[in-house]
Amino acid sequence: MKRKKDQMALHLMMLPGMILLAIFSFTPMFGIIMAFQNYMPARGIAKSPWVGMDNFIFMFQMPDSKQIFINTITIAVGKIILSTFVTIVFALLLNEIKNKFMKRSIQTIVYLPNFLSWVILATVVVNIFSYEGPINAVLEMLGIEPILFMASNKWFRSVLIVTDVWKGFGYGAIIYLAALSGIDPGLYEAAAIDGANRFKRVWHITLPGILPTIMLVTIMNLPNVLNAGFDQIFNLYNPLVMETADIIDTWVYRVGLVERQYSLGTAVGLLRSIVGIILMLSANKIAQKVTDYRIF
Amino acid sequence: MIEKRAFGGIVADIIIWIIVGALALSCLMPLMNIVAISLSDNAAVSANLVNIFPIGFNISSYQEIMGDKQFWRSFGISVLRVVLGLSVNITLLVLTAYPLSKSPKFFARQKVYMSLVLFAMLFSGGLIPTFMVVNSLKLTNTIWALILPGAVPLGNVILLMNAFRGVPKSLEEAAMIDGGSQWVILLKVFLPVVKPTLAAVTLFTIVGHWNDYFSALVYITDTANYPLQTYIQQLNVDITEVTDPDKLEQLARISSRTLNSAKIVVSTIPLLMIYPFMQKYFVSGIVVGSVKE
Repeated sequence: MKRKKDQMALHLMMLPGMILLAIFSFTPMFGIIMAFQNYMPARGIAKSPWVGMDNFIFMFQMPDSKQIFINTITIAVGKIILSTFVTIVFALLLNEIKNKFMKRSIQTIVYLPNFLSWVILATVVVNIFSYEGPINAVLEMLGIEPILFMASNKWFRSVLIVTDVWKGFGYGAIIYLAALSGIDPGLYEAAAIDGANRFKRVWHITLPGILPTIMLVTIMNLPNVLNAGFDQIFNLYNPLVMETADIIDTWVYRVGLVERQYSLGTAVGLLRSIVGIILMLSANKIAQKVTDYRIF
Repeated sequence: MIEKRAFGGIVADIIIWIIVGALALSCLMPLMNIVAISLSDNAAVSANLVNIFPIGFNISSYQEIMGDKQFWRSFGISVLRVVLGLSVNITLLVLTAYPLSKSPKFFARQKVYMSLVLFAMLFSGGLIPTFMVVNSLKLTNTIWALILPGAVPLGNVILLMNAFRGVPKSLEEAAMIDGGSQWVILLKVFLPVVKPTLAAVTLFTIVGHWNDYFSALVYITDTANYPLQTYIQQLNVDITEVTDPDKLEQLARISSRTLNSAKIVVSTIPLLMIYPFMQKYFVSGIVVGSVKE
């Protein structure tokens, strides 16, 4: 039963959101034109000279672009691999702890870093990895020369990967813990009667039980291979490690906004988001095929 | 338990406890370290003696913060931003998600709106064009620059839309027969049912607004108007812009560390206050978070 006043009310509800989307989502999309111009703020988009694909050609010829791309992929893929591993191992181990109170307390602690911003955690990370910090103190005890982690092109990426995994592993484990709680306890009892030891039970029951979740999370991570983590790197990097830590997102911010090369910044940003969208749509497709799950 | 714990079981238990315990401590100790530094004597901090307990316990850095006008100004701006941002986000969230949850049979233009929302979710003009729009609307340097560009929380709209679809049809039909308008039905019938989803979204929205430092960095040019996270981010900048390794170490060591740590602790307290309430919603939060990006 369609009533006219219902239609009016529903349109009215949509109105404020649509106006805001029009201004702050759809209007900026026209700004993409700048990627094909030599944009000059004094002339505006309408009167700036067209340059065709020049910005994109320049981007590929830039000496830094290869390095920035490699940095982005290396850091992002490193984070995905290590975090998947650590998160699953942590979830499996936590699942073996039967003391409810201890389990809850541990969960409360390990979820916490996820809710703190990188602005705050940057100080924490600098403290720990500083020349006289605890990590170097341990190295010294082992007779290893102290390392300038935050200023070393050899070590900085590893610091980024490890600290990012540290921030997220606890919270990331939630999805696996949910999957683990869905495994039928009867299976374990049956396996125990058949004489399967603890390790065998984890291998033959627990892991297959959470395999769909592992697959889904891995597929959904696909778009993240371009997402090396702007907030973390922006708050931790310094000119000394620019060579190994500068990623697409930090580059776009610096060149596009700080140095005001609007056209070049927009061009790089555009290419990055197009690849990002393709990756996201593919992840959605693959997930739908493999696990029957879709985001949209 | 069916089987008796064998010796191997006990050894395995110990190993599990050690690993899980170490991981938990790795999350707790760095944070305790910051608190300890903030409560320690400058000399002990400079000499890197402070671990997880304060040395030369004193609260002078907290006393100094008490009189720091800029710190409290930024704190106030952050609070105002959370209040305004949350009200705007939740209002638009409910108003947008509700019509979208209707079937195209009931709401004739549902499909058009839905495709607009999905389009906005997938594509964006990017950082620079958005900056230019905000700039040309003369919103730069106002608190609205931090709130309006993200006013419609698209990921959460989809989440709440699905929650609305889960509301039993019979409830709605009964209300319609009573002659209630869509506004009344939304407020009286639908909102009470989706309260848990709204609560989860509310908490995660608060954290998002409180933690965001970046929009102010882009849109606020007068540093006196920075919210707290951007203010603290600026404290770190002098460290990240040094090019000489020795100088970097030196700067990290100077005595402002106790003061900066105290600022970090105070800025985290509001989060710790809502943290216990969030525990209930962690699982649904995963969903909120995953569609948000």
